[in-house]
Amino acid sequence: MSYTIEGKTGTWEIVVGLEVHAQIISHSKLFSGASASYGGEPNTHVSLVDAGFPGMLPVLNRECVAQAVRTGLGLRARINLESRFDRKNYFYADLPTGYQISQFTHPIVGEGTVEIELADGTVRHIGITRLHIEQDAGKSMHDQDPARSFIDLNRAGVALMEIVSEPDIRNPEEAGAYLRKLRQILRYLGTCDGNMEEGSMRADVNVSVRKAGEPFRTRCEIKNVNSIRYVMHAIEVEAARQVEVWEDGGEVDQETRLFDPARNETRSLRSKEDAHDYRYFPDPDLLPLVVEQEWVDELERALPELPDDKRDRFIRQYGIPRYDASVLVAEQAIADYYEEVAKGRDARLAANWVTGDLFGALNRTGRTIQDSPISAQALGGMLDLMADKTINGKIAKEVFEDMLETGDSAADIVERKGLKQVTDTGAIDAAVADVLARNADKVEEYRGGKDRLFGFFVGQVMKAMAGKANPAIVNEALKKVL
Amino acid sequence: MSLTELTIADAAAGLRKRAFSAMELVRAHTDAIEALNPRLNAYITPTSDAALEAAAHADAALARDEAKPLTGIPLGIKDLFCTTGVRTTAASNILKNFVPPYESTVTANLLRDGAVFVGKTNLDEFAMGSANITSAFGPVENPWKRKGEADTVLVPGGSSGGSAAAVAAGLAMGATGTDTGGSIRQPAAYCGIVGLKPTYGRCSRFGTIAYASSLDQAGPMARSVRDCAIMLQSMAGFDPRDSTSVDRDVPDYSAAIGRSLKGLKVGIPREYRAEGLSAEIGAAWQQGIEWLRAAGCEIVDVSLPHTKYGLATYYIVAPAECSSNLARYDGLRFGERVEGQTLDAMYEATRRAGFGPEVRRRIMMGTYVLSAGYYDAYYLKAQKVRTLIRRDFTECFQKVDVLLTPTAPTPAFAQGEQSDDPVQMYLNDIFTVPASMAGMPAMSVPVGLGATGLPLGLQLIGRPFDEETLLAAGSALESAAGFTHRPAIRAEGAK
Repeated sequence: MSYTIEGKTGTWEIVVGLEVHAQIISHSKLFSGASASYGGEPNTHVSLVDAGFPGMLPVLNRECVAQAVRTGLGLRARINLESRFDRKNYFYADLPTGYQISQFTHPIVGEGTVEIELADGTVRHIGITRLHIEQDAGKSMHDQDPARSFIDLNRAGVALMEIVSEPDIRNPEEAGAYLRKLRQILRYLGTCDGNMEEGSMRADVNVSVRKAGEPFRTRCEIKNVNSIRYVMHAIEVEAARQVEVWEDGGEVDQETRLFDPARNETRSLRSKEDAHDYRYFPDPDLLPLVVEQEWVDELERALPELPDDKRDRFIRQYGIPRYDASVLVAEQAIADYYEEVAKGRDARLAANWVTGDLFGALNRTGRTIQDSPISAQALGGMLDLMADKTINGKIAKEVFEDMLETGDSAADIVERKGLKQVTDTGAIDAAVADVLARNADKVEEYRGGKDRLFGFFVGQVMKAMAGKANPAIVNEALKKVL
Repeated sequence: MSLTELTIADAAAGLRKRAFSAMELVRAHTDAIEALNPRLNAYITPTSDAALEAAAHADAALARDEAKPLTGIPLGIKDLFCTTGVRTTAASNILKNFVPPYESTVTANLLRDGAVFVGKTNLDEFAMGSANITSAFGPVENPWKRKGEADTVLVPGGSSGGSAAAVAAGLAMGATGTDTGGSIRQPAAYCGIVGLKPTYGRCSRFGTIAYASSLDQAGPMARSVRDCAIMLQSMAGFDPRDSTSVDRDVPDYSAAIGRSLKGLKVGIPREYRAEGLSAEIGAAWQQGIEWLRAAGCEIVDVSLPHTKYGLATYYIVAPAECSSNLARYDGLRFGERVEGQTLDAMYEATRRAGFGPEVRRRIMMGTYVLSAGYYDAYYLKAQKVRTLIRRDFTECFQKVDVLLTPTAPTPAFAQGEQSDDPVQMYLNDIFTVPASMAGMPAMSVPVGLGATGLPLGLQLIGRPFDEETLLAAGSALESAAGFTHRPAIRAEGAK
């Protein structure tokens, strides 16, 4: 899908690359034993290492490295068996040591790729340049006191992965799809919870524009955007701004900008001239990070099935459409739920019920699959009643609504409400005879060639039997008599 | 013999024989500190009360026959090692009231083995200096005097000048030092004691205030080679809290003392016959060669071709690391703060008031060499040269077992003699810096007095983690030299 901006001087294309900061799920911080959990009273998850006390030294948390390797494997990326930690030096109140430990020249993960799917079904591959491990800084709070700022170091030293994409993204939709896909992979892997509101995933967005066929023009970096929707908006307004600057004969300056969602605009934060000189150099407190291929292999063997693989398997194994499969693998828990419902049952029917009625009900009630009022076993039980013809599809809808409300099993509801499907041909034949007798005129019309009326007769018979008649037998009986 | 003249080995034996109590031994030293420290300024923070209390515990342990290797032994601790509840200043105004709630691994190891700390010794600010004149707590006086110059105050060397002066004058039986480019060896040479810089990674750096992380290494300073072995035994060892410490068994260092040197190959690097090497030190070096030859060593001429780049490389790498390591002293979480209207103003005021000129100079040099546009020409090139320097040593050690060189180009100089020219001052480290850059263990041993009556030291440099050969060769030099000279200012007879 092509997305372009029509300017006064012609058509402009957007070029976007994303740097995503994803907080690694781990018990303790990257280089200290302090808790990495979110929240907590300010400055309660802080060790002397995190606070940069004299003589304190970083010790690498192996689990954080494993998480980064897992993520690299999930992004189908090259794992660098030797990587290195560097210091990024700058002064700020929430950076206790005066430097952030990061990986500048030798990241742990190299090139990879993420497959995205757009609304129109287009599939694109977005290149991953690199993934590296680094520490988070603390939090400055400027709104607690009129004259002073407060610092919370709970987050200082928490492990982050910075995942850098190639400038392969060409429009806001692709950026959104990329972020959703990345978040899905991270969640499948259990390496980041992807929660953008809590800041455990945030994006720096690099945007430039160009005319078709041109080399890249100067880009701007929009820092710390904390929702997928904002990323998409930011790209849109920033690209429009840049087109205007170029078309007015100006130059886009390489600079860092902020997105203001309230005013839907980006604003300059600092220009290249005031850019920090971070004076990167290898951290002498840490040895080069060497991981063994066997360990990487071990982690790879233990990886969960990834969303793309699961989707392809669902299509193959369950014979469901690609769209349904994509929806069902959106979250690991949904996929697990679906597989339990589908197991030994009509898998397509299961897919319809899960993506249709169940998702609708969850949406209505504001619940997630994890606290679904109808368990996978319960939904499966209902499908079983359909399969053995105890209930038909119409009654099933009623049973489903009842299950949602009462939490009772489908079998109990059918029993309680007497919804068992009638397959007694005698009763059906009697109802057919009655309906035809009461609608002699319509029978004439039908026999005169008005085939459409067949459905009317079916409806009348079903109505007479309070919906409980087996529709196949009704069809059969009507055909015979008519 | 006075208790302040004993070696650690003799004192430990005496305590076990009940020849004297730990209380008597420690009190002799705290008394000496009281008497002489106002003049020598070897200690920033004497801890006499705590030391006497510890001595009582030591006597109790001795009475129960539960003495450990250093039980009751009074030691000075360079004020760069964090000590729980005891002010730790790094000789800097910025930490002048800093009391750490934690213990460095090295001092914790010494305490575990029964040592009694009599105080925190003076040093160059943040260990940056070669004369102990950059301390915010004032310079240290070398207890030695030039012949006929009783009023000339000599420097003790640096940065571990307080430790060296304290050990030489009998204000401690031994002391910890740290060595980044010569900070143990050069003051040991200037003060006529033994100082050992272990292999990088042998002693943990945890809890030791960092100057240049890839070079800093703690080590013992004492009046005999054996005493250094005893102290290193306690100080060394793997520490999971320091990623650069090495997981390797600690051998029995004392067993190396007096070991036969027959067939040991001793390399004499020709590049150390440098300009500026004083005649008396040249002669002492030659004497050392003869002693080792007489002890059965084979003397081999060797070359370390990149020696001449050592000092320049050091003065890029060490300031680079220091500029980053000292960024944490920002007045925010600990240490002194000078308020300002903005965050940047507070940083500037705090650091201007907190750091002395030499520290500021090195922070600026380090910031410069890491800056965009200069990084490749300075820092990156220095790292490459460092690799070449290390390779020089590695290749040399395929031919020889240990190297013998002078420790410093001159004996101790007087306060003010070199301090106006920083580059001249840096030249004091010309012989010690290469081993630091290569991470090799090295030791200075006093071998005699020069023409002016000042001690002269020779340096032994060994293979990585072969401190034992240093101790073996060092003890041979020590016994051949029979160095029993004592400084003019010392505890014995001070009262």
